[in-house]
Amino acid sequence: MQMISMEKKWCAAVCVGLSLCASAWAGGNKLVLTGSSTIAPLALEIGKRFEQQNPGVRVDVQTGGSTRGVNDARTGLADIGMASRAMKSDEAQVLVAHRIAMDGIGIILHQKNPVKNLSDEQIKQIYTGQIGNWREVGGEDRKITVVNKAEGRSTLELFLHHFQLNNPDIRAHVVIGDNQQGIKTVAGNVGAIGYVSIGTAEYEQTHGTPIQLLPMAGVGASVANVREGKFPLSRPLNLLTKGTPTGLAKRFIEFAQSAAVDDLVTAQYFVPLAR
Amino acid sequence: MIWSRHNISSPSRADVLLARLSGSLAFAVAVLLALVLLMLFKESWAVLASGGWARFFAGEGWFPSSGQYNLWPMLWATLVATLGALLLALPLGLASALFGRFYAPRWLVLPLRRVMMLLAGIPSVVYGLWGLTVLVPLIAQWEPPGASLLAAILILALMVLPTVALTSEAALAAVSSASLQGAAALGLSRKGIVLGVALPEARAGIFSGALLAAMRALGETMAVLMVAGNVVQTPGSLFDPVRVLTANIALEMSYAAGEHRAALFASGLLLMLMVAALAWLAGKRGGRLYA
Amino acid sequence: MRKHGDALLTAAVWLATALVVGAFLWLLGDVVIHGIGKLDAAFLLDAPQNAGRDGGIAPILVSTLLILVVALAVAVPLGLATAVYLSEYAAAQLAKPLRVCLNMLAGVPSIVFGLFGNALFCVALGMGFSIWSGGLTLACMMLPLFIVTTESGLSAVSSEWRRGAAALGLSRAAALWHILLPAAAPAITAGLMLSIGRALAETAALIFTSGYVDRMPESLSDSGRALSVHIYDLSMNVSGGDAAAYGSALVLIVLILAINSVAVNLTERFLQARTTA
Repeated sequence: MQMISMEKKWCAAVCVGLSLCASAWAGGNKLVLTGSSTIAPLALEIGKRFEQQNPGVRVDVQTGGSTRGVNDARTGLADIGMASRAMKSDEAQVLVAHRIAMDGIGIILHQKNPVKNLSDEQIKQIYTGQIGNWREVGGEDRKITVVNKAEGRSTLELFLHHFQLNNPDIRAHVVIGDNQQGIKTVAGNVGAIGYVSIGTAEYEQTHGTPIQLLPMAGVGASVANVREGKFPLSRPLNLLTKGTPTGLAKRFIEFAQSAAVDDLVTAQYFVPLAR
Repeated sequence: MIWSRHNISSPSRADVLLARLSGSLAFAVAVLLALVLLMLFKESWAVLASGGWARFFAGEGWFPSSGQYNLWPMLWATLVATLGALLLALPLGLASALFGRFYAPRWLVLPLRRVMMLLAGIPSVVYGLWGLTVLVPLIAQWEPPGASLLAAILILALMVLPTVALTSEAALAAVSSASLQGAAALGLSRKGIVLGVALPEARAGIFSGALLAAMRALGETMAVLMVAGNVVQTPGSLFDPVRVLTANIALEMSYAAGEHRAALFASGLLLMLMVAALAWLAGKRGGRLYA
Repeated sequence: MRKHGDALLTAAVWLATALVVGAFLWLLGDVVIHGIGKLDAAFLLDAPQNAGRDGGIAPILVSTLLILVVALAVAVPLGLATAVYLSEYAAAQLAKPLRVCLNMLAGVPSIVFGLFGNALFCVALGMGFSIWSGGLTLACMMLPLFIVTTESGLSAVSSEWRRGAAALGLSRAAALWHILLPAAAPAITAGLMLSIGRALAETAALIFTSGYVDRMPESLSDSGRALSVHIYDLSMNVSGGDAAAYGSALVLIVLILAINSVAVNLTERFLQARTTA
C-alpha cells in the first residue's frame, strides 16, 4: 500500500508543478545572461542588487564559458552574453562589448619555492619543456610541474598570445579547467608553476594558501597595477549585446558599469574600472 | 501473450491492461532514448560525414585548434583507468558484500549497507575535491606531479566500490536459502559455502554489477577531471598525468564550436560504443546479460 | 587444513571491508572537519550571499529537492513499467534491441545528457533553464541504470514462482504485485538508491539544464541551482569558497543518508505487508 500512496503524492506534486508552470511562463520582465564562468559569480551579485533596486525585474545568470556567451548573444538565446576576453574581429561586427571590470593574469609558484623572479624568456622555456628543473633558473634541484589551462579558455589564449607560444608546443604536466583548480594544484605541489587570475591569487595568499605571485617584466602582480594598466597580462571582463542595447538590458549594463557596483567587483577579487 | 517469456497464458483482463500499459510506457522510454542517440549522431555528423573517422586514429595528437583529433592517447587512458579501478574495486567490493552477507555480526550489517549507499551517493565533485586536496599532494610528494593515472584509478575505484558492493550483495541475497542450508547440512565449512555455493550461484548478478561499475567508471567525469592531470598523452607509467575521454568533453565542450564540437560529440559516441561492446562481450560470454 | 583456509578467507574479508570503511571514514572525516564549522541553522535557512561564500543554501536545497522530485516522478513509473515489460512480457526479438540501447545509454557521459537536455527541453520544448528541464534530463539519465537494475532483480526471481502463481490461478498482474515485485524489492531499492545517488551527484548535466541561478525558485519553470553544481562552483570557480563547499557537501551527504533511510524503510514495510498478507 505504501507504493500507492507514494505515487499519489508524486502525482499531486506534478499537478501542482504544472499549474505553477503555466502561471510563470507568462512572465516578461526577465533578463538572461549566459557565458564566462569567471564572470558568472560577479554577474549574479550585480543581478541581485539590480533586482533589489528594480522590483519586479528578474536577472537570470547562466554559466558555461566565454564562447557560449558569444554564441548565445549572437543567436539571441541570451539577452546579454558574458566573455572574459577582448572580442575577436569577426565577433565585433555583430556584437557590442561593454567592459564591467578588469582581471590580471599572474604566474604563481608554491610558497616554498625560493625562486622569486622569472624572465619572460625563462617562463617560455619552462612552458615549452626546455627547462625541466628549478635548478636551471636558480632554484632547488626539483622537477618542474607545468600547469596549463585547457584548450579554449580565455586565460590560455591570453597567456599564449603574450608569450608568443603555440599550444601544441607547450609541455604541460597538469591541464586544468578553472582558476581554483590551478591554485589547489600549485598549493599541493612545491615544484609547480601555473597562471591564474591575480585577484583570486591575492585573496588565497592572504588567507594562508601556500602560493606566491611572481612579478612580470619587473611589474608586481597586484590588483593595483592591473587597475592602473601597468601590468602586462590583463584582460577585460565584458558584457556582450547584439547591437546597441535597449530597455532593460541597457539599464542593467549601465548599472553594471557604474561605481555603484565597485564593491561587488572588489568582493569577487576583480579590478574595478578606472573611471 | 503466447510468446511471453515465461509462457504462462492468462485470460485476465488486468493482465491485458498491464501488458499494454507497460508496453506503451516501454515504447515511450525507447523513443526518448532513441532521441538521445539520434542527437549524438546528428551533432557528430559534421565530422563523420567528411570522412573524419580516420582523423580520430591518426595524426600527432589532440590539437583541435589545428584540426588534429587523434583520440588514441585518451582512449588508452580511459581504458587503463577503468581497468585499474575495476581491479581494485572488484575484490574489495565483493569482499565487503560477502562480509555483509556471511561474516558480519548482525548489528554491523545494516550500518555497513548504509555506508555503501552513502558512498554511492557522494557527488563526484566531493570525491574530486578530496582527491585534489588530499590524494594528489600525497602522490606528488612521492613522485611529482601527483595528478596522475594512479590518482584517477584510486578515486575511480573508490567511486565504483559501492556499485560493486551493492549489486553483489543483492545478488548474494537472491541465492536461495535452500541451497545454503543444504550446503550447511552437508557439513561444508563457511568457506566452502561461500566459494562453492553462494558465489557461483550469484555469479551472474555479480558480473552485471561489475559491468555497471565499469560503465560508471568509463562515464565518470568531474572527479577524474580534477585529479588526473588532463594531459593528452598515452600513459607510460602510473605516475603520468592523463586525460580521459569524458574529461576531454567536459573541459572543452563549452568552448568548442564547429568541427571541434562535432569531434567532441563523436568522442561521446565512441565512449558509448565502448560500453555497447562491453555489454555485447559480456552477453556473449555469459548468455543472458542481466540475469 | 580446511580450518586454515576458512580462517584465511575470513581474515581477508574482514580486512577488505575494514579497508573500504577506512577509506570512507577518511573521506567523510575530511568533509566533516572542513564543513562542520559552516553548518548551523542559518546556513540551511538563508540565501547565499557573495557568490556563495557567505549566507546559506536554502534556495539551493529547495531547487535540488524539486529537481529530484521531478526526476523520480518521471523515471520511477516509466522505469518500473519498462523493466516489467522487458522481463515479463516482451518478445525476445523486441527486448534484445531495447536492452542493447539501454546498455549503450548507460555509457553515455552525463555531460552529453546535459547537452541533449539543453537541446530538447530547454530549447526545442521551450522550457528554458528550469527545474523542469533539469529534472527531465536527470530522468533520462537515471532511466537506463534504474531499468537495468530493476529488470535484473525481476529476472533473478525464480521462474518456479511464476509457474506456482499461475498454477494457483493468480493473474500475472497479481503475481507481479504480490510475488515478483516484493521478491525483487531489494534490487529495485538498490537501483533506486544508485539512481538517486547519481542524480544528486550530477553536476555536468545540470549546469546546462537547470542552470546556475541561486534564487529561491518560485515555480518549476524557474532556473534553480542544484547542490552539486553549487559545490562545484564554490570549489573550482569561487576563491575562498572551500568552507562553504565542504559545508554544502556535508548537507548533501546528510540528505542522501535521510533519503536512503526513508527508501529502505519503505521497502521493508512494503515487503512485510506483502509477505504477511
